[in-house]
Amino acid sequence: MVEINLAVKKLKEKFQNSILEISTFRGEVTVLVSKGEIFEIGKFLHSDPDLQYHLLTDLCGLDLFPQVPRFEVVYHLCSIKNNQRLRLRTKVGDNESISSVESIWKVANWYEREVYDLFGISFENHPDLRRILLWDGFEGHPLRKDYPVEGPDFNKPFIPEV
Amino acid sequence: MTINMGPQHPATHGVLRIVLELDGEIIVKAIPHPGHLHRGMEKLAESKTYHQAIPLTDRLDYTNAMGNNLAYVLAVEKLLGIEVPKRAQYIRVMMAELQRIAAHLIWLGTHALDIGAMTLIFYNFREREQILRIFEEVAGGRLTPTYLRIGGVSKDFPDGIEEKIKSFVQAFPGHVKEYETLLTKNIIWLKRTKGVGVISKEDAISWGVTGPTLRGSGVKYDVRKAFPYSSYEKFDFDIPIGSVGDVYDRYTVRLREMEWSNSIVEQALERLPKGPIITNDPRITLPPKDDVTRDIASLIRQFKIVSEGFQPPVGEVYASVEASKGELGFYIVSDGSNHPFRFRIRTPSFANLSALPKMIEGSLIADVISVIGSIDIVLGEIDR
Repeated sequence: MVEINLAVKKLKEKFQNSILEISTFRGEVTVLVSKGEIFEIGKFLHSDPDLQYHLLTDLCGLDLFPQVPRFEVVYHLCSIKNNQRLRLRTKVGDNESISSVESIWKVANWYEREVYDLFGISFENHPDLRRILLWDGFEGHPLRKDYPVEGPDFNKPFIPEV
Repeated sequence: MTINMGPQHPATHGVLRIVLELDGEIIVKAIPHPGHLHRGMEKLAESKTYHQAIPLTDRLDYTNAMGNNLAYVLAVEKLLGIEVPKRAQYIRVMMAELQRIAAHLIWLGTHALDIGAMTLIFYNFREREQILRIFEEVAGGRLTPTYLRIGGVSKDFPDGIEEKIKSFVQAFPGHVKEYETLLTKNIIWLKRTKGVGVISKEDAISWGVTGPTLRGSGVKYDVRKAFPYSSYEKFDFDIPIGSVGDVYDRYTVRLREMEWSNSIVEQALERLPKGPIITNDPRITLPPKDDVTRDIASLIRQFKIVSEGFQPPVGEVYASVEASKGELGFYIVSDGSNHPFRFRIRTPSFANLSALPKMIEGSLIADVISVIGSIDIVLGEIDR
């Protein structure tokens, strides 16, 4: 746990005002950070020689409907050097956007496209933000809580256009 | 020229479509279009109880069902904070490693078939069949066994299965040698794989690549060693790594990995502890079937768990395993109700595929086939 504390300690020193909450559950450390600083925090965690969070294991969205702000973007970081994981969470409101971390971790390109596709959260400075799993003309964002599991037109009769 | 490869191309291992922009035979740009097999699994699981979500996980990477089960049940167990009996942990390790061998055998057979070495797939499927027969006897299913349960496994080993596993384990290193005589020094194989699809250490990490593809580039990262789960710290095994990061390195890494997996199964079989195979927690696990037919309390417990499931504490966990393709992780957010609030699957193939353009841009169009084979993608877990 020393290294994790180190990451948290360093973050607290450097980004006092953007660290909103730190929690631990089942040995996993979660840091809630403010949306505006996410790029800077990611860059710091990636480049700091003691931390070296070089692997972005996962990036996903979370819909807390009907809470406000509605969405969260969750980052799972892994430091191969220290064998440590760290989770970052940021809150994003409806119709808001968040800065992309694609230039830090290349894999974020696809992860952010997936979040955009399934939650409708848009990312600033993303090089190629389009849908990835669903097709281009698809309407809606299925992982939102107000999107029905069966799909929006489940009860409508299917009449093909002739 | 622009060429559309897939989604019905046999060498894309499923339904992957890649748009290739070419200059003669050289690839200038490659754009993968995944999503043809999207089933909305993350959304589906949000309306199921925790027990009901297990069969969904088999269908992620359908060549590695036991490993997928393991990742999911580990995440739920972490959320609940329950311990799993030692015997169940060892059985899980054995099943996961046999499944890894089976998954790598499919990879080897199809990868060689794509490049033109047709003989190998028959040898590979011969051994894979033996593993599937073991699964059938143990779990009742072959491709999607759904054998693991939250807190343990669904049933104990049947009589005589230890001998069958033992005879497989003893014969398998000889079979690997057989595969090697067909490929490792084959001049055509070497020409198609050496120096093809190279990705450096730094790039591989940046593109989120994990598993044998990352280790082929020389990074010693294996979830079994870095974050041990299910008693993996008790077993003696090594992590094979490559040096160049080309298709050939990924091939040798997987071959060595099969041998180590075989050794882990052997160690687990020798030291298999006795005892229960599932935690007995009346809130979470089903009662023994015999009790259900005889006593009313067990019947009520069975009914409650099947119809309502259980309610884990509010919180969020991430648990991952080293699946055959790389790091497979489940991120589960619980709001205290009986179904997951968020069910996120971090699949290895998704991240590995995102690095494909990096590996093939600037190379020949024929190399696309061998590179796709070498990163070992399964579209079931990319599209979910």
